[in-house]
Amino acid sequence: MLLDIYEPGETPLPHEGDRGIAVGIDLGTTNSVVAVARDGTVEVLRDTQGRALLPSVVAYGDDVAVGHDARAALLDRPESVVASIKRLMGRGAEDLKALAGVLPYEFGPPAEGGMARLAIGGRLLTPVEISADILRALAQRARTAIGRDIDRAVITVPAYFDDAARTATRDAARLAGLEVLRLVNEPTAAALAYGLDKGVEGLYAVYDLGGGTFDFSLLRLETGVFQVLATGGDAALGGDDIDHIVAERMLAERRMAGIGAPVDARLAKSALALARLAKECLSAQDDWAGTLDMDGAPSRHTLTRAAFEILIDPLVERSLRICRQVLADAGIAPAELAGCVLVGGSTRVPLVRHRLAAFLGRPPLSDIDPDEVVAVGAALQAEALTAGSDTLLLDVTPLSLGIETMGGIVEKIIDRNTPIPVARAQEFTTYEDGQSAMTIHVLQGEREMVDQCRSLARFVLDGIPPMVAGAARIRVSFAVDADGLLTVAAEERMTGKQARVEVRPSYGLNEDEMARMLRDSLDNAEDDMVVRLLAEAKVEARRTLNAVRAALAADGELLDDAERGTIEALAAAVEATLSGRDRAAVAAAAESLEAGTKIFAERRMDRGIRAALAGRSIDRLGI
Amino acid sequence: MSDMLETTAPAPASRPRAPRPPPVSVTTAAMERVRALLAKRGKPSYGVRVGVRTRGCSGLSYTLEYADAAEPGDEVLRPAEDITILIAPKAAMFLFGTEMDFVEEQFKSGFTFRNPNEKGRCGCGESFHV
Repeated sequence: MLLDIYEPGETPLPHEGDRGIAVGIDLGTTNSVVAVARDGTVEVLRDTQGRALLPSVVAYGDDVAVGHDARAALLDRPESVVASIKRLMGRGAEDLKALAGVLPYEFGPPAEGGMARLAIGGRLLTPVEISADILRALAQRARTAIGRDIDRAVITVPAYFDDAARTATRDAARLAGLEVLRLVNEPTAAALAYGLDKGVEGLYAVYDLGGGTFDFSLLRLETGVFQVLATGGDAALGGDDIDHIVAERMLAERRMAGIGAPVDARLAKSALALARLAKECLSAQDDWAGTLDMDGAPSRHTLTRAAFEILIDPLVERSLRICRQVLADAGIAPAELAGCVLVGGSTRVPLVRHRLAAFLGRPPLSDIDPDEVVAVGAALQAEALTAGSDTLLLDVTPLSLGIETMGGIVEKIIDRNTPIPVARAQEFTTYEDGQSAMTIHVLQGEREMVDQCRSLARFVLDGIPPMVAGAARIRVSFAVDADGLLTVAAEERMTGKQARVEVRPSYGLNEDEMARMLRDSLDNAEDDMVVRLLAEAKVEARRTLNAVRAALAADGELLDDAERGTIEALAAAVEATLSGRDRAAVAAAAESLEAGTKIFAERRMDRGIRAALAGRSIDRLGI
Repeated sequence: MSDMLETTAPAPASRPRAPRPPPVSVTTAAMERVRALLAKRGKPSYGVRVGVRTRGCSGLSYTLEYADAAEPGDEVLRPAEDITILIAPKAAMFLFGTEMDFVEEQFKSGFTFRNPNEKGRCGCGESFHV
């Protein structure tokens, strides 16, 4: 393909293959949403009754019901209904033992590979299978609404989801017959929705209080590029917790009044359903009253908005504490934010908006329905990945990536917070004469020294042709694809000999570990630099020392005894500084050695030229 | 165990002393063609901007346009005194190490990018991915 230069904005589009339509899916803890974007316009797909939200609830009976019907079944036959399954995605049976008795599920024997299985309505089901049923219902809704087959989707996941949970989400999609074009972090999808629809640029925060999880993210939007600056969250804070607090109060009231049987799973689920009603009602009204009826034992409950707000204030405060922490870590004052995007149905609770507005000094943004905004962003991303768009890049590398160089120093190749996908390359060389192999040690972290970073992989490039130190050209390239998969390749430029390795940089690191690694790097930045400079000075000094010793061995007869003695003394002086920690001394000794060997080097060069010229006539050399 | 690895494995990479090359290099042929096209454009130009966008069947495609001014974030390259090449900020990361050339073939001529980051192209060569 040969290109011409066009007037600004007039470059024609390359041909676009018809790759069909892909949908965006917000697979939520409490509710799920599916949307489709065509020509940059997003349509949130609704059911026949005009409802966008599909409750992430599945009822297993003679057949499988998903959504509102399943939620209704919660009251009649709670033992065969599952809600909030997203909390269990990617969790092993072992993890869940700790939660036994807390969660309103019965666990069966784990599946092969240790995945937890729930005993529901006489079946044994994994969280992946249950999520697949939700996705199937969403895909079916999309097929009906769009009128053609849908087999590809962009699905959003919480920023804190680890590899296991992301893989579980992909597996669920595959079971449901959907190819996942990309998993996108939820706050990023929300930002995409606002960035594209409104063209707003600047520093933004995303406050996402969903059904089961809280996430707070700082994003920079500029010239079509979205960058996540920082994130924080709580995997166990959300609207479900509000429901729990309210339900607990009702159950306590019931107990106080001496009504009905002791609390069992069915009663707990009924109380939760009623608590959700109360919460939704109190977002619009000041008072609520309802009846909890179980096996003919009704209890009457009332709640005012003021009492409700006192109940849930500790939860809201917990979320704000995380906001403060994330902002402080990023060194950003609330006043610097151009706005805060609201995501998640729980942000409809007036107390959340009031407290957040007080904290930020301005009301949060809610132009786009907070229940739909993530799906809107996912749909736009789905369109971008199929039809193409001018907006690139949604996610960033959480920590810097680099390789080990001589002296145990980390050379960063891709900096932290670089938008992905990204490819960077840098040239390295050999350290010793005739070095025929090189170890490529791939590291992740912000610190300067190898032992303070995390080792990701180690591989060897061999078959380097014999050359003097520093002459070989080894190109090391790092590429992180859109899914966060890192490929490191090393190539010797003369022979083309290659070696490569693939790693998942985020594998096994949870948010806390990542936060700790970042904090450590900030705390130790100055010390690290001193250590690095010392190590670098030593590497340089050793390089000089090795070169001088090789030269003495090869051409020692060019020197008389006195000259040789002087050089050896200078070399010994360098050697002596190498065991110490004084960078200035190392550098000074190496410099003296270089200066003291100047005459020796000139004589060697003369001899080299004479050797090259030997046996050739002047005119043939063209001088 | 790790000590054994340290002593038996070959030495790790060493940093070269030469400065890093510019992110995008421009061949003499490309410079001459840019010079000619800028002269022919009929109005003064600041330079030429190289960009990348997500269009095409293989993900990304290059754009090459006249520029009337540098925009914030543009990487400014001056391969020759009278030639300014701007690299759009979101393109820079895809273009690192790329050589911009001008090619004349029997039936057509135009600019081409030799990009070491490309992992593949679509059949027509109109778009690429990294």
